[in-house]
Amino acid sequence: MQNSTNQKPVISIHYLNHYFGQGQLRKQVLFDINLEIAAGEIVIMTGPSGSGKTTLLTLVSGLRSTQSGSMRILGQELCGATNEQLIQARRHNGYIFQAHNLHRSLTALQNVQMGLEVQSKFSRPEMEECATAMLEQVGLGNRLNYYPENLSGGQKQRVAIARALVSHPAIVLADEPTAALDSKSGRDVVNLMQKLAKEQKSTILLVTHDNRILDIADRIVHMEDGKLVNNSTMSMAA
Amino acid sequence: MIFKVLKNRTPLGWLQLKHDKMRLLTALSGIAFADILIFMQLGFKDALYTTNTQYPRQIQGDIVVLSSQATNFNKLSTFPRRRLYQAMDIPGVKSAEAVYLGSLDWRNPQTRKKTSMMVIGFDPDRPVFDLPEVNRQLDKVKIPNTVLLDQASRGEYQEVISQIQQGKTLTTEIDRNTVTITGLFQVGASFQDDGALITSAQNFLQLFPRRQVGTVSLGVINLKDGYNLEDVRTYLNAYLPQDIRAFTYQEYVEFELNYIQTSSAIGFIFGLGTAVGLIVGIVIVYQVLSTDVNDHMAEYATFKAMGYRNFYLLGVVFEEAIILAFIGFVPSVAIASGLYRLTAIATALPLVMPVSRVILVLILTIMMCTVSGAIATRKLHSADPADIF
Ligand SMILES: Nc1ncnc2c1ncn2[C@@H]1O[C@H](COP(=O)(O)OP(=O)(O)OP(=O)(O)O)[C@@H](O)[C@H]1O
Ligand SMILES: [Mg+2]
Repeated sequence: MQNSTNQKPVISIHYLNHYFGQGQLRKQVLFDINLEIAAGEIVIMTGPSGSGKTTLLTLVSGLRSTQSGSMRILGQELCGATNEQLIQARRHNGYIFQAHNLHRSLTALQNVQMGLEVQSKFSRPEMEECATAMLEQVGLGNRLNYYPENLSGGQKQRVAIARALVSHPAIVLADEPTAALDSKSGRDVVNLMQKLAKEQKSTILLVTHDNRILDIADRIVHMEDGKLVNNSTMSMAA
Repeated sequence: MIFKVLKNRTPLGWLQLKHDKMRLLTALSGIAFADILIFMQLGFKDALYTTNTQYPRQIQGDIVVLSSQATNFNKLSTFPRRRLYQAMDIPGVKSAEAVYLGSLDWRNPQTRKKTSMMVIGFDPDRPVFDLPEVNRQLDKVKIPNTVLLDQASRGEYQEVISQIQQGKTLTTEIDRNTVTITGLFQVGASFQDDGALITSAQNFLQLFPRRQVGTVSLGVINLKDGYNLEDVRTYLNAYLPQDIRAFTYQEYVEFELNYIQTSSAIGFIFGLGTAVGLIVGIVIVYQVLSTDVNDHMAEYATFKAMGYRNFYLLGVVFEEAIILAFIGFVPSVAIASGLYRLTAIATALPLVMPVSRVILVLILTIMMCTVSGAIATRKLHSADPADIF
């Protein structure tokens, strides 16, 4: 059971089961999941539709309560965690959604600032400075005051990446971040994520159907019918 | 701490409102409509209270003495004039004047129709009302069987008015007496009587043969300099027999107001109008805010996924509500003031905009928007971050 490496894993999942629905309709979607991800690792999760990838991601990120098994994120057990603990856990993560989910009343800059404001430890000028620098890094230094409606799909997804990474999260979670993009912008977006995460030493767990981006992964895990197959958890990469 | 958080906070509510100009406009017109409705209702209510307490308000005195049976200006009952002489013995009392009040039917000189008029009689050498028009003409009523007519009396008086203004006099009948109208003044009708006549105490007693000079309706007391109003009033109540009650001028106006507020439907009718205005406002603001919450569900869920608390989102909705309240309120004060002036000109009702009403309506507006906001936030709980991945 105990990990043999001296480095503590950032994400450590053991015997995780998850069910949806109640009573007669209760349906198990995740079965005995075991997965450990070390700091700085980029793990890609693939698998057919409905296999439970998104469900696992929402559990890792604290968006859903873990029902049974163990889910330790940065040393914190999320199984049985209080609502407040879940909220705190969410603040360690950067999220990149399939849809960009930018706030349409906010400019690119303001959207990115929202990723910092939640930490409530920066002053306004600091937030503005960080957010500007982040947008420059994703190549949108000349679009700071654009509203999402005036940005292309790829640009919007890059703003979303900037928003997720601006607070230098320990863990980056992405659910099909390239699904809404053409292959060129999809590739750009993934390269960008890889580059920034490496710079910030973040750990990445990325769900995708897109075979063209698998090359950025340190490790690939496959989900099938709620079970991780070819589970390479114990064979630590690096 | 709170201040620092607020200072660093992105004004999300304001940015959301600003982004959708149509929605902002809808909300603002809704609030302005509700506020103007409320302002008009409150304005009319107060105007009616004022018009129905005109004479009490115009009394020129420090202390007013009434029979302890008195319910309001139209039902004052009477008390012995001796009480006023007794009052003169009390330290600080400079003068105590008797006022006689009664109601009778007279024939409108123009239409010959019988209508009820209030008649006020007092010593023409000692004015008791703060009505310069009346006080200037008091010499005229020293002549037997003459009266001054309130030209704002209900009914048709245009010819009468123009004749008197040309310097002529007019006669009409009251019971078997013939009286001459020698002058005009302007106060306004009340619920009770269609109009009013002012005359001398002697003429009054002539018109009301069953009333005696020794039984008066109301006493007006003025004090010497340097005496405390409340002290003298208290002393009067203690010193004089229990068949009278003394009020300070302010207390007496309150007494009259209280009567009209509790005994008439004015408060209920216009209170209802105000409530309707509030409900209209709540419904419109709720519509706008809940549409806004619905439209931003995915964004709000994203914020929750980023680690924002539900409380933060509640704050956004309330921020919107408060902003709407303030910017909807400002134009409505301006518009209502204009409407007050127009209505005052058209109806001769004394519509004014006191600061207290401005503050009251502002508070009502904030409450209205907060209630709407509170209902609109119920949907926030369904912004589930687990459903947006
Ligand atoms: N909120 C829910 N309530 C009930 N069942 C759900 C819920 N969300 C997902 N499921 C079910 O759980 C299973 C796993 O769904 P999940 O969304 O995790 O799949 P996925 O691997 O992300 O699929 P896709 O690749 O299509 O996004 C599916 O059978 C789905 O129908
Ligand atoms: Mg999915």
